[in-house]
Amino acid sequence: MTTLTKAPPVRTVRPAPMPSTRVRWLRRAPLLPALIFTIVVTQIPFLVTLVISSLNWNILHPGDRSFAGLSNYQFVFTDARLRAAVINTVTMTASVVILSVLIGLGLAVLLDRRFPGRGLARTLLIAPFLVMPVASALLWKHALYNPAYGLFNGVLNALWQAFGADHGPTIDWVSDRPMMAVVAALVWQWTPFMMLILLAGLSTQPPDVLEAAKIDGARALQTFRFVTVPHLRQYLELSVLLGSIYVLQTFDAVFTITQGGPGTATTNLPYEIYLTTFRKYEYGQAAAAGVVVVIGTIIVATFALRVVSSLFSKESPR
Amino acid sequence: MTDIEKLTADTFTKDTGIKVNYTVLPENELRDKVTQDVATKAGQYDVATVGMYEVPIWAKNGWLHELGSYATADPNFDYDDLLKPMVTGLSGDDGKLYGMPFYGESSFLMYRKDVLSAKGLTMPERPTWQQVADLAAKLDGAEPGMKGICLRGLPGWGEVFAPLTTVVNTFGGTWFTKDWQAQVNSPEFTQAVKFYVDLLRAHGEPGAAQAGFTECLNSMSQGKVAMWYDATSGAGSLEDPNVSKVAGKVGYAYAPVAKTKSSGWLWAWAWAMPKTTQKADAAAKFILWASGKDYEKVVGQKLGWSRVPAGKRASTYQIPEYQQAAAAFGDVTLKAIQEADPTNPGTQPRPTVGIQFVTIPEFADLGTKVSQEVSAAIAGKNSVEKALADGQALAEQVAKKYAK
Repeated sequence: MTTLTKAPPVRTVRPAPMPSTRVRWLRRAPLLPALIFTIVVTQIPFLVTLVISSLNWNILHPGDRSFAGLSNYQFVFTDARLRAAVINTVTMTASVVILSVLIGLGLAVLLDRRFPGRGLARTLLIAPFLVMPVASALLWKHALYNPAYGLFNGVLNALWQAFGADHGPTIDWVSDRPMMAVVAALVWQWTPFMMLILLAGLSTQPPDVLEAAKIDGARALQTFRFVTVPHLRQYLELSVLLGSIYVLQTFDAVFTITQGGPGTATTNLPYEIYLTTFRKYEYGQAAAAGVVVVIGTIIVATFALRVVSSLFSKESPR
Repeated sequence: MTDIEKLTADTFTKDTGIKVNYTVLPENELRDKVTQDVATKAGQYDVATVGMYEVPIWAKNGWLHELGSYATADPNFDYDDLLKPMVTGLSGDDGKLYGMPFYGESSFLMYRKDVLSAKGLTMPERPTWQQVADLAAKLDGAEPGMKGICLRGLPGWGEVFAPLTTVVNTFGGTWFTKDWQAQVNSPEFTQAVKFYVDLLRAHGEPGAAQAGFTECLNSMSQGKVAMWYDATSGAGSLEDPNVSKVAGKVGYAYAPVAKTKSSGWLWAWAWAMPKTTQKADAAAKFILWASGKDYEKVVGQKLGWSRVPAGKRASTYQIPEYQQAAAAFGDVTLKAIQEADPTNPGTQPRPTVGIQFVTIPEFADLGTKVSQEVSAAIAGKNSVEKALADGQALAEQVAKKYAK
């Protein structure tokens, strides 16, 4: 995303020999430090990464650094582990974003109604998003999934015992359904984020339109389908876009809950890059993978946004 | 490690006037940060804590100061008191000492004396893996919800492969032959991994593919498993009644074997001095103090004898107070360390020094990737043969760099 922000500054800096130049510069001057700061902290590291990605550089072999050309990129595109990581990343991001948008939408619609204790319910529902990602991953791993003392198996056990059985089944959630285990924890964490955005959208819905729909005899579901959803279009787009960008970078949950396993079942790109940097110490390969991920993210984000926008603009009336 | 931070000001700084600033990090971050700092010659640290795996590699790269001469020059330090395997494991290819041990450990089998005797079973002092497997089968379910044995299954070269490589060694397997032929899919390696995975799947703790040292310590100290094969340093926590439900009920046997006489691993956290330091003499003074006998006494008197960083000096095990604090496991620990031979841990010669790891930079990556596949086999997601075939391919790539 960072490179997208580069375009406007170039235009502003271009010398334009018009009489108003001085005035325009004066008006923009207070913004310049922020702009320069942004360019420095986002673009210089990216350039450094580009340079590193063209090197053969394993920090544990000092004196062995050499120019590698594009061989690191060749490695990135041919490595079977990285390909698996791409698939895992896509699966994980798509399922988390879709599920949390759907659940978030449901919760937002419910919370949009007036009922006693609404403030409390809202606060409680937001809580998962305020828990630190590592803490939430630890919570899921130990308090919920653990086959010996976790809540899920405890509930199953209690149910079985209530019906007279000796001991409930011992399900090893993380090993048996690794991707589902990570996705569930992430959905729990991201649903409040989606809910907040959509709730903001719902609260801007003009009441007179809803009233008009009611007078026209539209049922609740029809109102939702033809009035509320089109109204929420921008908000849904925003939550999908922001969600995709954030969930794509998921590291904490994978690192803590599954360590990328079993095998490579949940190894996503950030975790694979982490392994390349801190286990293999192949900085060149890690940098190349990072560059590919950034470019991939920009492409996906741009296209996803266009596709989503056009879909919704067809649906919206007029 | 946080103990030493607290004790430095009142003792070391007071005596020498040298002020010490600490950066305390969890193990993984420590590795990441220190490795980058030393490798890029950033020179942030005068002294760094590193493990037995890193020291020889870093020494070879010329990143570390030699420490043996400082130690032998100081008669108070008593260099000869350091345990031989520690010195061997922390030396470079040139035979000089590059890491000063702070505490050392081997591995052994911890078991519930009370549960075994209730079942009329006995644990040999030096069990074989077959005996352990048979006992695990009999102890499974000895108490409601109790499993036979806890073994690590968590991916990571320092997690599942720490105990598993000792099993591979004693079954006659090795990662590489002396002349760098990869052996990951050899019959011995396969047999060992199969044994480990089968034992875990049949009688191991639930969720084994996600269990590491901490999870097993938890299971054992909460009475959920009857046996646990892991680091000797686990015993200190098991015998602490504040955190363990099984204190006083645990027996300790030597690391189980198959074809070798002993099979325990060897590990030490050690002080190393990066070449970039500007204060070598002060750093050396600190290192000698922190690994010295007097520091052990300070810890014993101020914090309790069970917290002494043990496992590096023979004399530690002769201190009466320490003997009392470590009555249940002290002797076995000392002997396990003494018996460990980092130069020849298996049945055939090795290309590098080290027991549960191969001392080359590529091993952290190789071990981690193969461990992911093994962990998947423990979870029942793929077969041991598939895991090791993939591992062999990775190991062959690594071997290519070294084979002459």
